[in-house]
Amino acid sequence: MAKRTPLYDIHVKYGGQIVDFAGYELPVQYEGLGVIKEHTAVRTQAGLFDVSHMGEIVVSGERAEEALNNLLTNDIRGMYDGQIRYSLLPNDKGGAVDDVLVYRISQTAYLIVVNASNADKDARHIAARLPQDVTFANISDAVAQVALQGPNSEAILKKLVAEEFIPKKYYSFTKNVVIGGIRCLISRTGYTGEFGYEIYCGNIDACDLYEAIMEAGKEHGLVPAGLGARDTLRLEAAMPLYGHELGEDIPVNEVGLGFGIKMGKESFVGKAALEAHEPEYERVGARLVDRGIAREHCDVYCGDEKVGIVTSGTHAPTLGYPIAMLRIKKGVEGQLTVDVRGRRLKIELIPLPFYKKA
Amino acid sequence: MSKLVFANTHEWAKIEDNVATIGISDHAQHELGDLVFINLPAVGDTLTAGEAFCDVESVKAVSDVMAPISGKVIEVNEELESAPEAINEDAMGAWICKVEVTAVPDDLMDEAAYAEFIK
Repeated sequence: MAKRTPLYDIHVKYGGQIVDFAGYELPVQYEGLGVIKEHTAVRTQAGLFDVSHMGEIVVSGERAEEALNNLLTNDIRGMYDGQIRYSLLPNDKGGAVDDVLVYRISQTAYLIVVNASNADKDARHIAARLPQDVTFANISDAVAQVALQGPNSEAILKKLVAEEFIPKKYYSFTKNVVIGGIRCLISRTGYTGEFGYEIYCGNIDACDLYEAIMEAGKEHGLVPAGLGARDTLRLEAAMPLYGHELGEDIPVNEVGLGFGIKMGKESFVGKAALEAHEPEYERVGARLVDRGIAREHCDVYCGDEKVGIVTSGTHAPTLGYPIAMLRIKKGVEGQLTVDVRGRRLKIELIPLPFYKKA
Repeated sequence: MSKLVFANTHEWAKIEDNVATIGISDHAQHELGDLVFINLPAVGDTLTAGEAFCDVESVKAVSDVMAPISGKVIEVNEELESAPEAINEDAMGAWICKVEVTAVPDDLMDEAAYAEFIK
């Protein structure tokens, strides 16, 4: 049976259309708003998402940094306390078990934020590979998270928290910050390509935190936003989604995330496999030339040859035209088409990200 | 004398003499969400009741539109091509096509029965 986040009743109250996502009952959109309005609100004002389904794992101990570094493609050495880094969590074949955010609490304690659909798998993967003197805790079921995203996010948060406790830099966080009596961790991160924050608290405080933010956001155009807008926003920003652009069988050196893969590290899980694998495919962006929308799993052709697939595709509300991310063979030249329910639609490759905030 | 009927697949047909105007129900547009694309039928297409004749895409997904009646397309609402959101705004007004009716299934519902059906 699908789990509910602590904010379930709030979604119902705000008219959320509930769907099953990664084993959780979550709102895809809200009554009276809808994907496009919620999406536009995040681009122009602000939106509030429930992302409590995300998983959280804590790794700590004297040797935590070294042990964790061996499990990640990115290098977490040399981070400062309060810094966040994106990484892939690779498997032995060089594919991705997941993509994660690593929060450095101290040199001996890290919070790892993982995808809901992978949380149990990640926990097993990590726990099995840590030395005995490194402590592991899966706190996913105790932690709630909301994402406050959009250009007005800072003004909204400033109504609730003194400026000095709000993280300034992208990919940094502040902890033990009190918002309306609730102890939170505030992170300057997001999955929308827009300015914003992700705020963590204990389950028991989630509803109070959500309502406090909604109240503070009233004069700033804040709306509740669902999974539908979360997907169109991340896709415009060309952020990868596990299960689409990433997977156990997709080598991580084929997904355009080189910034998070440090092949110069002495060793890490999957390094040997990646060294031996010359990338065959690449992640690219495309827009439809013909009318229609190419969705995930659609085949991509160059002439009669199948050269790849669509990994994510939608109508891009901010841009006003349909976009797609493709996984295609490297170096393909010529007119590409995509098979949409039996129709061959012309596409053209365009640079990623599709949308970049001003 | 016109008659408004609904299919259990959520399309409506307004039948006047032997011409039916076809669209999707307000309930259906609400369930689909913001429509961003419509693949319209063409004049001359033959519709078979219960079979797909058109597809609409919301931001979320693509959905087939089933023919509520059988017939031949004589007019298409081309305006929807550039403005599919008209269906979200007024599902009963934003018709998709008009057809010359050849057969009407006997399991179509009137407005009251359809309102009960979607409860």
